[in-house]
Amino acid sequence: MRNSKIGVLALQGAFIEHEHMLTGLGAVCTEVRQPSDLQGLDGIVLPGGESTVQGQLLHKSGLFAPLQKRIADGLPTLGTCAGLILLAQEINNPDTDSEAQKRTAPSAHLGTLPVTVRRNAYGRQLSSFVTEQTVTGIGNCPMVFIRAPYIERAEKNVKILAEVDGNIVAVKYGNQIGLSFHPELSESTKIHEWFLSQCEYTAFSA
Amino acid sequence: MEQTQYELNKGLAQMLKGGVIMDVTTPEQAKIAEEAGACAVMALERIPADIRAAGGVSRMSDPKMIKGIQNAVSIPVMAKCRIGHFVEAQILQAIEIDYIDESEVLSPADDVYHIDKTAFKVPFVCGARDLGEALRRINEGAAMIRTKGEPGTGDVVQAVRHMRKMNAQIRQLGSMKKDELFEAAKQLQVPYELALYVHENGKLPVVNFAAGGVATPADAALMMQLGAEGVFVGSGIFKSGNPAKRASAIVQAVTNYREAALIAKLSEDLGEAMVGINPEEIRLIMEERGQ
Repeated sequence: MRNSKIGVLALQGAFIEHEHMLTGLGAVCTEVRQPSDLQGLDGIVLPGGESTVQGQLLHKSGLFAPLQKRIADGLPTLGTCAGLILLAQEINNPDTDSEAQKRTAPSAHLGTLPVTVRRNAYGRQLSSFVTEQTVTGIGNCPMVFIRAPYIERAEKNVKILAEVDGNIVAVKYGNQIGLSFHPELSESTKIHEWFLSQCEYTAFSA
Repeated sequence: MEQTQYELNKGLAQMLKGGVIMDVTTPEQAKIAEEAGACAVMALERIPADIRAAGGVSRMSDPKMIKGIQNAVSIPVMAKCRIGHFVEAQILQAIEIDYIDESEVLSPADDVYHIDKTAFKVPFVCGARDLGEALRRINEGAAMIRTKGEPGTGDVVQAVRHMRKMNAQIRQLGSMKKDELFEAAKQLQVPYELALYVHENGKLPVVNFAAGGVATPADAALMMQLGAEGVFVGSGIFKSGNPAKRASAIVQAVTNYREAALIAKLSEDLGEAMVGINPEEIRLIMEERGQ
């Protein structure tokens, strides 16, 4: 079996960490910065970072429309933290009168995942935390939350995979996986293995 | 500080990578920075160029002014305290700042000791001119490092010097035999364990940004190609002719730091860059503060 070719959106943020995880598991990674980088991918990772920055760079790079189409057409996608925010259809900004957010969201975002995400839901850096929780179909996973969002509301056809303190932190919808935490910052490779198996399955069935 | 918190703090710096952290002095500037694509802002009363011009003692900013900026944007907000001034750091932690910069830009409060950053929950970034300084700050609990450069000059030469030196020293450690590391650690005035980490991993144990004198998209891309993981822009933006446009251009240059054709386009019509001063023309050398 050939190795999956996974794109990692490399506009800003913690993309190297995902690449290290995925190459360690045998995948071939390519950094996605412009539309031509999307060719021949079996899956794509939208990493953590600042969603405001990534959202703006998606537009300036010309990636927005082609990436949105690929994801909507079923390209397996893993969005972590800021990546989840980019995927979400609705975004809630609790703690700020930030113009950039009000004006651009949600049009700046891909909006392919029918959920409402609350940004900075836990507060500032002093409220960042680590925990461990069961993710449906994967088992116990360490979860690193850094200025993290959570999912306030999910449409009925979105599968909820994990909750922490009653808040949704992991979902699956079609081939899109959205996580509010950072699997790339923990030792466990479970989530990435699972994602790669989804990519392989999708490539195989196509 | 417990180990988990330190990992979370290093993790936040990892999320800032590939981004630009901009100095801002008002909520309005903070919003311009966020809209231009800053991944974080540094809230301070005066940007380094003005600190230089004003002279006198330069201190932590008014907490009220910092809070105004915290309320204006959704991205992380950093603020500076004086080297060794752990009470200023306590105050910044109390207002829930996301990152503290123990900075040579302000007047040092202690000419011997840096802050014991392990005693704090909030993360710290510190400046360094070489590997020894970087590892000493990390040993004190810094979760992120930046070059010192020479702030407020618009001259990138010192940032280049510091980044090159740090990376050359990292390569030297990497090529040593393990039994040579004991002496290397002694020479660098750092703990053996940190020298060993650099030897084994070929990098600092925390994220390393460029800072000090970055004024143009080309400067930012230069620092990225030299191995910086992101860039601080202090005076360079709001001392220039068209801050919003320049800020956005620098953000895109950091993402696409190897794409010369794109950076050429980004460098067009940016208006006047900050005037800048040469190191020979300045009396106050900030990079020598806190070693």
